[in-house]
Amino acid sequence: MKSYEFGLYVFMLAAFLGFELIRRVSPLLHTPLMSLTNAISAISVVGAILITGEKDATVLTRTLGFIAVLAATINVVSGYLITDRMLKMFKKRDPKTGDAGRK
Amino acid sequence: MMENLLPLCYMLAAAGFILAIKWMNSPATARRGVIAGELGMLLAVVGTLLRFEVVDYTWIMIAFFLGSAIGVPLAYLMPMTAVPQRTAISHAFGALASALIGTAEYYRHTPHGFTMLALVLETLLGFLTFTASLMAFGKLQEILPTRPITYKGQNIVNLMLFVTAVGLGIALIFSPETTWLFPIFAGLSLLFGVSLIIPIGGADMPTVIALLNSYAGLSASAMGFALDNKLLIIAGALDGSSGLILAIIMCKAMNRSFANVLFGAFGQVQTSSGKIEARPVRSASPEEAAEMLDAARSVIVIPGYGMAVAQAQHKLRELFDVLTKRGIDVRFAIHPVAGRMPGHMNVLLAEADVPYDKLIEMDEINPEFPMADVALVIGANDVVNPAAKNVKDSPIAGMPILEAYRARTVMVIKRSMSAGFAGIDNELYYMDNTLMLFGDAKVFVGSIVKELNANK
Repeated sequence: MKSYEFGLYVFMLAAFLGFELIRRVSPLLHTPLMSLTNAISAISVVGAILITGEKDATVLTRTLGFIAVLAATINVVSGYLITDRMLKMFKKRDPKTGDAGRK
Repeated sequence: MMENLLPLCYMLAAAGFILAIKWMNSPATARRGVIAGELGMLLAVVGTLLRFEVVDYTWIMIAFFLGSAIGVPLAYLMPMTAVPQRTAISHAFGALASALIGTAEYYRHTPHGFTMLALVLETLLGFLTFTASLMAFGKLQEILPTRPITYKGQNIVNLMLFVTAVGLGIALIFSPETTWLFPIFAGLSLLFGVSLIIPIGGADMPTVIALLNSYAGLSASAMGFALDNKLLIIAGALDGSSGLILAIIMCKAMNRSFANVLFGAFGQVQTSSGKIEARPVRSASPEEAAEMLDAARSVIVIPGYGMAVAQAQHKLRELFDVLTKRGIDVRFAIHPVAGRMPGHMNVLLAEADVPYDKLIEMDEINPEFPMADVALVIGANDVVNPAAKNVKDSPIAGMPILEAYRARTVMVIKRSMSAGFAGIDNELYYMDNTLMLFGDAKVFVGSIVKELNANK
């Protein structure tokens, strides 16, 4: 099987898996879900590293690669951190005190 | 040794991403999901850094350092009301990264055949999502006008732009050596991104942000094909399907199609044709409102974008506390498109410490309205407009709404009688059991709370 054919199968399966998983995400968490998937799609940092660190990269490709690593890193770092910050806020009511677990 | 370890790293990273999304299905496990995602990313990055092709680390490390220096404050200092803007700008960053990688890859290796097809897709989606997200950011941040900007023949111009960009892309796939075509192709993609978002108004942002999320993911996935990297394909596909599902949910919640959202310029047409007639409404003071709330047994609060604008969520939680202490059942009804992005209201109310089991989805809360003594509408308009059900030719006809009008008493906190985003008059305001509470949402809720505390 050609490599791209294989890739297309992987894509199809991953897309179906994504549909099934995301359908189950509570609408309560749609905003954090979005920032999480955004951080995950910053996996493009992998491609950016390869371009920037190449042995005989030209000035052009290295500059483009540098900006790409920078942009993707911002997304990885801020994406995961803000997702966690948001999730921390979702609290259930404490049955004893009737309080929403405020500090 | 590294050759064997790398695929393992990537495979584990993919598993981490899948688990991350799986665990998002409930608030109880969601934070575990973030850790899984972080570990996955760490594995992928370390694995890549150790690849033999990567020899020069200087610029990579500088970018890592700079990116973290920008990313950390961005995550911690960003107020929760600005989350839609932050999401838009991060889509722009993500899309820019994949567009630039595609560009670098093109000038470096000038690939052919299927790889070139993937690369063209990657850069097309990347560039157009970049400018489109920037425009969305501008609208959400209100640097740009939030009303749709339209002109005659706009859809034709947009279509021509898109067709030309795609045409150049196809030409590049067949003859990758014609390097002079590439900058024009990139420029047209950038331009198309701008022209795509200009005619879209603020209230359609939930759908648009979700769609852009999907595009950014698909662009990363296309990069996976161009670089023959399965991890990128998987992560991109997950992101792509996530954005698409959210966009579909948003469209369903407005009873509109994608095409209508993207090319419909909603909200523009109505403003001129709307008949302006002064009709009598019943208004009430904070004292009267407090009395009615105090006498209620069950209250349903309906927050909308206006609550976010007025920053009323913390005062609203105080009201929630006061009423709950008196044994009154208070719940929040959340319409899927309330706010400027999917889940916007939930995040704001969670930030204000409202327990999440009191935030109820539309389908679940609608049957409860006839039993509710008071429906308190704060900064929401079109999502409670009965015209969606009763008026066949209304622009929002068929849109599922929160059936606030079925409550015993409806209270609407509103600045003035101006029409909502869709520019349609709201029947709800003129009903016999509706009380209009005129004023700033935050101030008004604050006075109600003060009133309730005073006569304990």
